[in-house]
Amino acid sequence: MNWFHPHLNSRRADQSVFLIFGFVGIILLRFFWLQVVGAHDFTLQSAENRLRRVILPAPRGIIVDRNGVVIAENVPGFTVLIHAQAEDVLRETLSGISELAGLDTAVVRRAVRNWRDRPGDPVTVLRDAPPEVVARLEERRVVFPGLVIQAEPKRSYPSGALGAHAIGYLGELTPTDISENRFPGARSGSLVGRVGLEFQYDDRLRGLDGESFIEVDALGRTVRTTGVGPRVEPTQGDTLHTMLDVELQRYISHLFRRDFGIAGRGAVMAIDPRDGAVLALHSAPSYDPNAFIGSSAAGERAELLSSPQLPLFNRAIQGRYPPASPWKLAVAAMALEKGLITMDTKMQIPCTGGYQYGNRFFRCWKTDGHGPVTLLEAIQHSCDVYFYQLGIMLGLDELLEGGVALGFSDLTGIDLPGETRSLYPASTDYFNELYGRRGWTSGVTLNLAIGQGENDQTLVNMMRFYSMLANGGSAPVPYLVDSLPSGRRNYDFRAGVLEGLRESLEEVVLEGTASAAQIANLRIGGKTGTAQNSHGEDHGWFIAFAPVDNPVVVVGAIVEFAEHGSSVAPMVNCIVARHVIGSEFECPTRGLQFSDFPADSAPEPLEVLRDIRRGRLR
Amino acid sequence: MSPARREGLNWPFAASVLMLALFGLAAVYSAGQTDVPTVAAFAWRKQMVWLGVGLVAGLVSYRFSSRGLESFSLPVYIFAILLLLFTLAFGTGAGTAAGVKSWLSIGGVRLGQPAEFAKLALILMLARVLAHRQEPPNSLKELLPAGIVAGLPFLLVMQQPDLGSAIVFIGILFAMLFWAGVNPWLLVLLASPGLSLLLSFSTLSWAFWIVFVTGVLWFTRITLIESIIIWAANVFMGVVAFGLWGALAPYQRSRLLSFLNPEVDPQATGWHLIQSKVAIGSGGIFGKGYLDGTQKRLAFLPEQHTDFIFSVVGEELGFLGVIVAMLLFAILLVSLVKIAQRAADSFSYMVVFGFVGLLMTHVLENVGMTVGLMPITGIPLPLFSYGGSFTLACFLGLGVAMRVDRDSLLSGYLGVGGGGI
Repeated sequence: MNWFHPHLNSRRADQSVFLIFGFVGIILLRFFWLQVVGAHDFTLQSAENRLRRVILPAPRGIIVDRNGVVIAENVPGFTVLIHAQAEDVLRETLSGISELAGLDTAVVRRAVRNWRDRPGDPVTVLRDAPPEVVARLEERRVVFPGLVIQAEPKRSYPSGALGAHAIGYLGELTPTDISENRFPGARSGSLVGRVGLEFQYDDRLRGLDGESFIEVDALGRTVRTTGVGPRVEPTQGDTLHTMLDVELQRYISHLFRRDFGIAGRGAVMAIDPRDGAVLALHSAPSYDPNAFIGSSAAGERAELLSSPQLPLFNRAIQGRYPPASPWKLAVAAMALEKGLITMDTKMQIPCTGGYQYGNRFFRCWKTDGHGPVTLLEAIQHSCDVYFYQLGIMLGLDELLEGGVALGFSDLTGIDLPGETRSLYPASTDYFNELYGRRGWTSGVTLNLAIGQGENDQTLVNMMRFYSMLANGGSAPVPYLVDSLPSGRRNYDFRAGVLEGLRESLEEVVLEGTASAAQIANLRIGGKTGTAQNSHGEDHGWFIAFAPVDNPVVVVGAIVEFAEHGSSVAPMVNCIVARHVIGSEFECPTRGLQFSDFPADSAPEPLEVLRDIRRGRLR
Repeated sequence: MSPARREGLNWPFAASVLMLALFGLAAVYSAGQTDVPTVAAFAWRKQMVWLGVGLVAGLVSYRFSSRGLESFSLPVYIFAILLLLFTLAFGTGAGTAAGVKSWLSIGGVRLGQPAEFAKLALILMLARVLAHRQEPPNSLKELLPAGIVAGLPFLLVMQQPDLGSAIVFIGILFAMLFWAGVNPWLLVLLASPGLSLLLSFSTLSWAFWIVFVTGVLWFTRITLIESIIIWAANVFMGVVAFGLWGALAPYQRSRLLSFLNPEVDPQATGWHLIQSKVAIGSGGIFGKGYLDGTQKRLAFLPEQHTDFIFSVVGEELGFLGVIVAMLLFAILLVSLVKIAQRAADSFSYMVVFGFVGLLMTHVLENVGMTVGLMPITGIPLPLFSYGGSFTLACFLGLGVAMRVDRDSLLSGYLGVGGGGI
């Protein structure tokens, strides 16, 4: 064993020690590389590993009425979210909790879709989870990795269905919203305004989401929720001060139901004619916007969406109706402005219950006839024969031009989404195109003159016209939150024209078609109307303002199947009085019979193919 | 030889062992302190028991003279081989490698991992084979007996399959051949087929390698036949590499792959390495503080009380803690080298250095694995990792080393370099 020589032995030992330190040195170099050079990057990675960002949803701004009464607010609610790093993890968790939380397949599908939109981000599974579900899930949170139960403010509408069509409701951001960038800045899975003010002023109401961090373990289970990372508190959205008057709104809702029953359909608006502020907007039937919150009301929601009564349809700004007699004021204004007549002018042919024009006989609503009437009386009693002749006197071109000039084919520009444009032909080309050059007669003039025919107006557009009448020729844009002074239209009428018209409107209420709806000590001017409805009972109009010498409010109503305007007048006048006089005003209970009211119906209109017309009219 | 030295304690050796054991126990304790329940929670208690058992085992092995050990070596080796065969037939899996047959159990109670025992048996057997040569083996033919002695357990363990332990057998073989005075170039040549296999993944690097091997063959002047054998083995390995690749178990393949590029599949194979590197890297210079490692607390670290115990050290104690641990290992290894160097007989001389080879391979493989220098093979870190069989094996080896140290002092024979530490 001569290789066991001390010298060689020692050399090998030294080589071994050198090797040991060499290896240790290499390892330490590697650690130096990771721990000293790469420390920053790895510290970041370590934080990314264990920290998950959680959005703290900003409470939406509250909506108040003109007196500070809260219309839309936030109440505490719970949202169930899932944090998942992979889709199969998400699906696993979803199927795990689906029974506990009562999830249906639609919810699961949406959650998966939202996850795919932004993989890795938490997805909302259940909004406004009921307390018992929250308790059940909380108990088993350890079992389900990534399950987060978060307090999230939930929208609430304390007045329920009152003014729902003005306020609107919320809905989750949809893929279409995202692709069309309808709500810039809105986070996926968040709630945004769907209609009404909630939609119109969504950016102001939305606020700024905050964020916090939670710590998760390797399996994605939440370990710690507080003190983990920087926390940015959410900022609540702006408070929206509206012009609405909840009390008036409540009163309108009450009267409408009293007079037209729970199934009554129609719309009522109250506007301050001086600046266009919308005091109340009622559309019946209404709906409870709270039904669009949370997962518990899904059934109610589906019912609203499918109801044949179309409760979600905003009849005040989306419903188009033949304007009927209230529109006669437009004809009168045109004629007066042209100087063709004065308030005292009588027509050649007195009213005998109808008017022979060509080979057609146009009836007046009053078969006995009104006899020889002045313009004032014609308005007062809504004499059709007078306006047939006035229409002919003006001529079709003037009638069309004047109507367009008065804004009858425009949008009002009210600050609500989805306003429907009113329909009114701009020129005779319209008729040529529709019926052919020889396919129509100047009989259309007679129809137009009494607010029938090719003329469909929204309530809000008629409200603007009556605001103009009430306000001395200046028609402000109706608004709920932001007034649009630039949209105000001013009409310079000859001296005395508007005064004369207002006087005649007061006569309507004093002794005319709305005389049954007089209010003591209040000078109200208004005009009834009955719109022909081929589908059933006629629609009733009444638009009124008060006080006549200095109007502060215009209230208009269109009630479907109300038979005639005279039956709408008492409600409208009570609303006017309530606003002008105050809450001490009491509306007389309805003792009068319908038959007591004169039915200022128009004759049947010239037959027109309505469907085609709608499509063509600009 | 003064009486003081005779009675004296080998301080660097004893102190490094004690400190490593305490350091390791503290690490195992920390590994159990998590925010989410893990199996590591109470490992530290069992590890204390194992340390106690190890201490007793060390005392027992300390009782054996080298002569006694030498006489046992063949039966022990045969017994170890039989155990490995038995394990292959009836073994069960556990932990990281549940699909691996590395455990011996009776009636569901796991008795231990025969591979750990086989490592010690191999050291004894190799020492026996090598210690009685007059000359260091300097040809392939002369290396053949040692190769067979190491190759047998290597192949059996590879069959389990446990690549990590198999590499340790190779480490022991090469360390002991080196210590027996084999020409290092010959060792390079011996290792060359394996390296050839690794390098064959890149044609260019393999081309350089085969040129290098040819050069070494030329200058070492070994016989022509052996040169041809080695050269042919290199070529063969390079060519059949991909066939062999197919023979690897899927998990072995993915481990090798994720070693080469851990980002390939961060959620599966590379996950362990990435999380380990994140833990160690985020520890920085001073660490996140003892017990406060977030990667560990949140169970991002896999097997944090066994295979990845050093990641916990790196995360919580930082670069400074790593330096301390590595220096302790270096001190232990160097003091073991010194003990081997001044061993009173050639058998002891070989045995202690075989143990150095064992520890060295384990430390390099385990620590290297946590930082991506080595493939993830899942072998324990001496005196740190929780685990019975290996702790026991370590203390048995340490006991032998202590005895050798004592005997060399008593015999009064000190090698040239062995003037005592």
